[in-house]
This record gives sequence, C-alpha cells and structure tokens, in this order.
Amino acid sequence: MADLLHFANTLLLLMRDVLPIIVVLLGFQLFILRRPINDPPRTIMGLVLVILGLALFLEGLDMALFPLGRVMAEQLTAPGFIYGPGATPPVLIAWTDYFWVYAFAAAIGFATTIAEPSLIAVSIKANQVSGGTVTVNGLRIAVAIGVALGVALGTFRIVTGTPLHWYIICGYVVVIAQTVFAPKNIIPLAYDSGGVTTSTVTVPLVAALGLGLAETIPGRSPLLDGFGLIAFASLFPIMAVMAYAQIGLYRVKKQSQMIKNEAGPTRQED
Amino acid sequence: MKVASRVISRALYESAKDLFPIIVVIAVFQLVVLRQPLPDIGRLLMGVLLVLVGLTLFVRGLHMALFPLGEELAYSFVRRGNLALLLLFSFALGFGTTVAEPALIAVADEAAMIAATGGIIEDSPDARTSYALGLRLVVAFSVGVALLIGVIRIVKGWPVQYLIMGGYAGVVVMTGFAPPEIIGIAYDSGGVTTSTVTVPLVAALGVGLASSIKGRDPMVDGFGLIAFASLTPMMFVMAYGMWV
Repeated sequence: MADLLHFANTLLLLMRDVLPIIVVLLGFQLFILRRPINDPPRTIMGLVLVILGLALFLEGLDMALFPLGRVMAEQLTAPGFIYGPGATPPVLIAWTDYFWVYAFAAAIGFATTIAEPSLIAVSIKANQVSGGTVTVNGLRIAVAIGVALGVALGTFRIVTGTPLHWYIICGYVVVIAQTVFAPKNIIPLAYDSGGVTTSTVTVPLVAALGLGLAETIPGRSPLLDGFGLIAFASLFPIMAVMAYAQIGLYRVKKQSQMIKNEAGPTRQED
Repeated sequence: MKVASRVISRALYESAKDLFPIIVVIAVFQLVVLRQPLPDIGRLLMGVLLVLVGLTLFVRGLHMALFPLGEELAYSFVRRGNLALLLLFSFALGFGTTVAEPALIAVADEAAMIAATGGIIEDSPDARTSYALGLRLVVAFSVGVALLIGVIRIVKGWPVQYLIMGGYAGVVVMTGFAPPEIIGIAYDSGGVTTSTVTVPLVAALGVGLASSIKGRDPMVDGFGLIAFASLTPMMFVMAYGMWV
C-alpha cells in the first residue's frame, strides 16, 4: 500500500514536469501553426507510455538500486573499510588507499550510463540519421567509457583535493584539440553526448559518491568538494565519442591501405 | 497476437541487456569487495522488474510520440517559413522544460544553502528562497537562449565547434572572476538541465529541422542543441554568482 502511494506520488510529480512541455508543444501546434496532430490516439498513447514508463523506471530505481548504491558509496568511503576496522584516517592521506573507490566510481559510472534513457533516445536518432555508421550500442558504450573515466578521475580529485577548474580547463583543451582532428560529422553528436549522460540514473548515484567522499576525507568540505563529479561526467564522454570516431576512421584508413598494398584481387573484409 | 508477444519479449530482452551492467556492478561490489549479503532480495528483484518494464515502455513511447512530435513540429515550422515564430518556440521549449525540472530545483536549493553559509546572502529562509528562485529562472532563461542560438545555427548552417569553443572560452574566463563557492554548482548545473523527456524532443526537433531545410545535413547540423543547453547554464550561473 505504501509502495502504491509512493508510486502515485512519483507519477503525479512526473506529470507536473511534463505538463509545461505538453503545453508548449500543443500550444504551438494547434494555436499558432494551426495544424492538427498526426494520428492523435497513437500520439496520446505514446505520451502515456513515456510518462508511465519513466514513473515505473524511477520507482524501481528508488526501490532497489538507489538505496543499495548509496549505502555502498558510504561503505566504500568509510575510514573503517579503507584503513581497517577501528582505525582513524591519517592526517596526510595517500591517494592510493582509495583504489576501490576509483574502481567503484568507474564501474557504476559505466553501468548507469548504459541504462540512461535519454542516451538511448539520442543513440537511436544518431543511428537513424547516420544511416547505420554510428551504431546504437557503439555510441552508448563509447559514452559509458567516457563517464567511467570521468567519474573515476573526479573521485581522485576529491581525494587529492586539487582544484576542479584545472581539470575542467585541461579537459576543454583536449576537446578542442580533438575537434580539429576528428571527422567533422561526429562533432555535434559528441558535444551533445556530454549533456545527455547525466540525468535520471547517473546523477543520484554519482552525487552520493561525491558527497560521501567529501564528508569522510579529512580537510574536504562537502560544500566545496562534493560538487563537480557531474561536470566530469559531462566532459569526458565528449572526448570518448570523438575518440570512438577517430579510431573508426583510423581503422578504415589502415584497411584501405592494406588493400592497396596487397595489390590485386583481395578479399572483402568488414 | 503471437507477433505482439514476440515484439514485447524482444523489447523486454533489450531492456534487460541495458540493466545487466548495473546488476553485475552492485552484486560484485556488495558480495566480493564489501563482503556483505544482498539485503532484501525480493524487493531488489521487484525494483529491477519495474525498471525493466519502465524502460521498455519509455522506448516504445519515444517512437510513438516524442520523436514524431518533434519532427512534425520541425517540418511545420520550415513549411511556414517564419523564423521569428520558430525562435519563439525554441525559447519557450527551453525555458518551459527547465524551470520546473526537479534536478534543477534540488541544485538551486543546495546553492542557496551554500550562498547563505558563505555569507553571500543573508541566512534567512526568505533570502534563501528568493536566491534559489532567481537561480532557477536564470538557468531556465539560459536554456531558452541556448535552444534559440542552437536553432539559428541550424538554420544558418554555422559549424557547431566555433560556437562551443567560444562558450568554453567564456566559461574559462568567467571562472577566474566568479566567487569560488559558485563554481562547482555552475559546472554541475550544465549537466542537470536536460531532462529525459526534453532530450528526445530536442534531438528530434534538431534533426527534423536539419533534414527539411535545403542544404543542411542532419548529422552535421541536426545535433548540437543539447550541447548548447548544457553550456549556457554554466555561464549564466557564474554571472548570477558575480552579480548577486
């Protein structure tokens, strides 16, 4: 019964969020453009599925994965786990002591990104538009690797207490350098993938990890150091997607070179 | 009937594959690294089942409603040929979808707390509420502006990288002047603005515009709107931090 009430609440909140979107869409479509909606029953059914699906999705995460993930983030960052039970953390901490934190950050960053609904949406679109050269799963895995690296580096930053903006500015420099060399048609998609990675699934788990770390490490303040992980999670996928395209291009080039070098009839490889 | 059940089981299978990594990560860390039993397996399985069904329905609804709606609107605007109307729509979509975004509300409240403890604003509920509201409006406005600029860019066919790099340069310069307390929040606010319902719509709108305007390539010109929507909030939030 409590679960049912909770679900009804999630559903209501979600409908409140979606309402302004529907008002803008329908307002323009019906009153300003004065065009009827294509196949209204199908559209309405689709919207119902989107809202119901997201509500179930959030409810399931709230029931099972979020509480467990948060507890795990707390346990992994607790001094008792890192230095053995009963031990207090030393004044000068060694960043190498936090190996499992980095490992967990990378693993959970990867796993939550794979399940991120907005990334699934963008990948489907990118696959349609690119005529299949960008595969749905290829893009998602590239983005997930980016998030994994980003979040792991972000936790390293919190442990070492180094300033956030240096990492982000260095990241920008790498992105700019890659932009010069990456295939032109992947660039907008790569930039977009930075924004889609961090929503429903990734943010709550990653934020819990950051705050847990900042609270338990001596000399870090949750207010100043707890933030910033999301920024890492949005920056690194940009690099990862461009790298994905660059590697693809490199392999195509190498293959065509090999075919040229062999001279004569060669077997087709794909 | 048989076809329908095959479609449904196929969709469920796809969603199960999406969830598999999370389950593995949690199980491995819980059982092997932390050496603790999984609490309440029944509830855990129930939650996973809900996530599975939810994801499946969402992807179905995406194809039935959000993608067609975004594309249809893009085609209608191009047929109408009225740029001002399209820009008004882009701004309204960005502002309207962001102002009520729950993730943004959470971040804004957090920011107000930080500002109050840091002595930037008076530490009273009233001052905090007005600071948080101001921040929300600023971010929503910035997303509206982002979509507006992004749509102009698609219509004109400007390459995305110059605008984004200009934006990055702006962020870097402003970081030097913004109060340190606001920087972490500003950087994070770029990531929280784009919700799960907005992203598919905006992607479909951009791709729809790029494929119906002559001389635009959907791959090169259609994407990039989301990138703008994650960049402008960083600048606007830092500006807000400097101004208040």
